[in-house]
Order: sequence, then C-alpha cells, then structure tokens
Amino acid sequence: MSLHKKTIAELAQGLKDKEFSSVEITQHYLDRIKQSDLNAFVTVTDELAMSQAQAADEKIAAGSANILTGIPYAHKDIFCTQGVKTSAGSKMLDNFISPYDATVSHQLNQADTVMLGKANMDEFAMGSSNENSFYGAVKNPWNADKIPGGSSGGSAAAVAGGLSCFATGTDTGGSIRQPASLCGITGLKPTYGRVSRYGMIAYASSLDQAGPMTKTAQDAAIVLNVMAGFDEKDSTSAEQAVPDYTANLNDSIKGLTIGLPKEFFSEGLDDSVATQVMNAVKEFEVMGATVKEISLPNSAYAIPTYYIVAPCECSSNLSRLDGVRYGYRCDNPKNLEDLYLRSRSEAFGAEVKRRIMIGAYALSAGYYDAYYLKAQKTRHLISEDFKKAFSEVDVIMGPVSPTTAFDLGSVKDPVSMYLADIYTLSANLAGLPGMSIPAGFSDKLPVGLQLIGNYWSESKLLNIAHQFQQQTDWHQQMPQEN
Amino acid sequence: MSLSEQQVTQIAYLARLSLSTTELQENTKDLNAILGLAEQLGAINTDDIEPMAHPLHMTQRLRADVVSEHDQSDLFQSIAPKTGNKHYLVPTVIE
Repeated sequence: MSLHKKTIAELAQGLKDKEFSSVEITQHYLDRIKQSDLNAFVTVTDELAMSQAQAADEKIAAGSANILTGIPYAHKDIFCTQGVKTSAGSKMLDNFISPYDATVSHQLNQADTVMLGKANMDEFAMGSSNENSFYGAVKNPWNADKIPGGSSGGSAAAVAGGLSCFATGTDTGGSIRQPASLCGITGLKPTYGRVSRYGMIAYASSLDQAGPMTKTAQDAAIVLNVMAGFDEKDSTSAEQAVPDYTANLNDSIKGLTIGLPKEFFSEGLDDSVATQVMNAVKEFEVMGATVKEISLPNSAYAIPTYYIVAPCECSSNLSRLDGVRYGYRCDNPKNLEDLYLRSRSEAFGAEVKRRIMIGAYALSAGYYDAYYLKAQKTRHLISEDFKKAFSEVDVIMGPVSPTTAFDLGSVKDPVSMYLADIYTLSANLAGLPGMSIPAGFSDKLPVGLQLIGNYWSESKLLNIAHQFQQQTDWHQQMPQEN
Repeated sequence: MSLSEQQVTQIAYLARLSLSTTELQENTKDLNAILGLAEQLGAINTDDIEPMAHPLHMTQRLRADVVSEHDQSDLFQSIAPKTGNKHYLVPTVIE
C-alpha cells in the first residue's frame, strides 16, 4: 500500500470517497513506525491514535468531517499533550506526563487529527543535528549515516521517511527549516506571534515559533490554517487576522521580485548546494519572476547575536527546572542546594548546560551591557536590513543550510555546529516568516531552498512555494526503501 | 579576555550546575570559543541603536483582573517528585 506517499489533500479526498478509512491509514503508519529504525519518535501513542482514528471515521460517516479529519501526524515532543509524556528530548522531563494540552495540541485535536506519537528532537530544541536528544540521534531517511538536521529532526525524518503524513515543528534559529531542507520536505516557520506558544516548552521566548512540516506547500497551508491564530493564553500572541492560507495558492507569481542576498552566497556555501539553489531561482525566472541582488550587511553577525540572545533567554526559561515541582529529582539530596545542583547537573545534557552557562554569564552583573545589550542592538540592525530589503523585493531566497546532511558524529565542537545555522538565524532574530522547500539533490541528499517573506506574508510564501511545486517534482521524491 | 576554570565554576554555580573535572575543562574551552565568537560584535557600531527585545515591538498585553484558572493543585502535584499536605517537599531548610 502506498498510503504513506499521499499528501493531506489526497488522503482527505480518499477518506471522503471511502477509498480507505482513517483506521486503515493509521494502522498503516503505525506498522511502518514499528518497522522503522530511524528513531524518529520518543513515544508512539498507538492506542490513542487508533481511538482517534475510529472517532474520525465516525465523523466522516456522519458527514461532519473537515479536511484534517482522520489525518495522522507526528507531534514534536516539545508540545504539551495532556496525559502523554512530553519530554522535550530531555532526561529532565523523561517522567513528565503533561497535565494540560498546548494550544497547538488542542487545535489539532479540535481538527480531528490523529496523533501517532511524539517526535524526537534535540534536548529543549537546542541543536542542529538531533544528536543532542536524551533518546538518541535520529537518522536521516535518505542515508542512515547522516543527521536529519535539528532540532525538529524527528518530525522531519517522520515525514520524509513515510512515518507520518505531516508533523509539527518549532523553529528558534532554523529548527523547522534546516531539518526540512536536509530531509527534503516542506517546512514553514511563521511570523513570530502567529502561532500560540502556550504549552510549547520554552527555549528562547522572543524567537520560538511553531509551524507545519509537510510533504507539500498545499499541505503546509492546510495545517497552518488550524495552527495560526490569536491566543489570549500566550502574552506574545499577535492579534492579527488569520486568512485562509489555501486561498491564494494558485495565484500567478508573474512579476514577483526575488531578492538574493549576496551574503548568503559567499564563503562557506557548498558549491553543489549553491548550484541547486540557483537552478531553483532560474525556475522562478522561467515562471515570470525577476531577480535582484540585495545586501543584508549585518547578517554576518547573526551567529554571535543569536548565540548570546538565545542562551540568555534559555538560562532564564530553564531555571524553572529545579527538581521541585515536576521533572527529574536526584536521589537522596543532602540539602536544598544539593537538590538543585545535582538534579540539574544529572538531568541536563552537555549542550543545554553550555547554553545555560553562556546565558548566566552574559546576563551577570558587569557583562550585561557588553554581551546581552550589545546583541540586542545588533539584532535591531539585522532586522533593519530586512526592512530595507523588503522595500525593494517581494521575497528573499537563498540556501537554508551551507551543506547537505553531514555524517552522524562528525561535528564535535559547538562553534562548528553553530555555523550550520548561518542562513536561518536572521529570520528568527527579525521575527520574519521563512520556508524551506525541496529544490534538488546533491550526492543523493536533498537540498532545500529558503524563502523569507515580510511580516505576515505566509500566504504569499505558500503561494510562491506551491507554484514552484507545480513546476518541479523535487517534493515528490521519497527515499528508497530496502 | 578569557575565562579561567575558576570563573567557569562560578558561572556554573550561578546557573545551579555542578561540573565534573572533565566537564569543567571541556566547558572552559567551549565557553571561551563561544565568547570568542561573540567578540565579533565589537566590530559593529551600535551607538544610538535601540536594543530590540521583541521582534514585533509589541507592548505587553494586559487582561482584565478576573479569575481564569481554577484550582488544579491535586493534578499538578500528582507529577511532583515529593509532596505532602498540598505542599511540595524539599530537604529541610531551617532546622
């Protein structure tokens, strides 16, 4: 059966036409997950999935289904799910059964979707390779010796490997776009504030944003329709109207002006990635778009800016994990200080500890101005660069990642790993929406094209991506199976 | 500037983390490398630039002062490491 090759739109049509049931689709995915060795899931919720599938089939029979009714998905293990373990990829939360649902979990439940399980991820979303998970690294479905990208590596591998029809992800510095690129799927990071952060375990609160990871831009539009919207439970949620993201997918992109930032094509970019990206840009020219070179002069400072701002926010956010109210507690603490110190030291992984310490240092007396304040000012400059660029162009395009997926275990020092985020960080710092769409292959590994749009331009980005996917078939490629 | 192992121990303590000898050595090297990266920011002139704390320059939204949550302490405490009499229990602080 090839149910796992179908998009949301195709499955919804088949369900409507009674070609198959949600129970059949769900069982098919659960069987595939069982046979898979990608390590894409922390928890498989098979019983819950089957009961949700049965309920969905009843709704379909009763004629009260929506387009997502009965569609199975993988939920990044950073979203709280009531009654289901929510680990954030950490030993710290290995015993955490969430007492409540994140808003995104609630929205997807309300849409009658089927949750297959919780997707593996880098611990607290800190990582670019999914090697920082307490539950072990995730493998890339295109080549099991390669990383899937991170931090939403389990989500990307699940969709690319045919283990779920779609997945949720979160993107603080590229964590939706980079794994989407390295696994050859479509990923959308919306404008900051577009999707509720309530119940989404916080890493860096001014940067974190959730979005869909799917097979196609059309599917991303369908899922974003459910995820987007104002939430009074999230004080950073934007009171911005939600359009129907599927409405403009078929608009012509003739006359579109594409900006190519020269800084995104300089030293460090793999030649074969550059070639695939430029081929994709040429395809847009054939479709009637014009291309213009632009400059984002401060984007070179995105890495140091991000790796100060994000750790500062994470050191504050993760201070709540102290072994007192929930999560891991060390055995036999001698006193309260020993409880704090050992619970945190025994339960956090190396990268999380590093970022907490960088943040604690950069926020400490005497260093605040030199690091945190300086980084916030640079962040402003990076954001201003985009403002200027969007006065000249409709969309910015470039690579997502400087290379294709690298070997598991091959990047050992943290600074080298951070360099993998060079092209994705700026959009988070500015709060702009970004996408990765499949744009070709290099040495049998997927290459993604990044689209960055102006604030609230998700409809436009999805339209551009959908039009590209009408002319190309990169997004339809799936890894060979043994 | 460069952080010494003694400074890293102090930073770890500020963050309520304790490091083994190996971890201390590794972290001293890594933290210095990361701060070295941050030194690049010194090259940019940020005089008169406003710090950006929020991507949308939003102000904190306020809500009416009404009760919106009901008491779920039993549920929340059911996942706590140690509780008693509706309290979270920790080792004795004051004898």
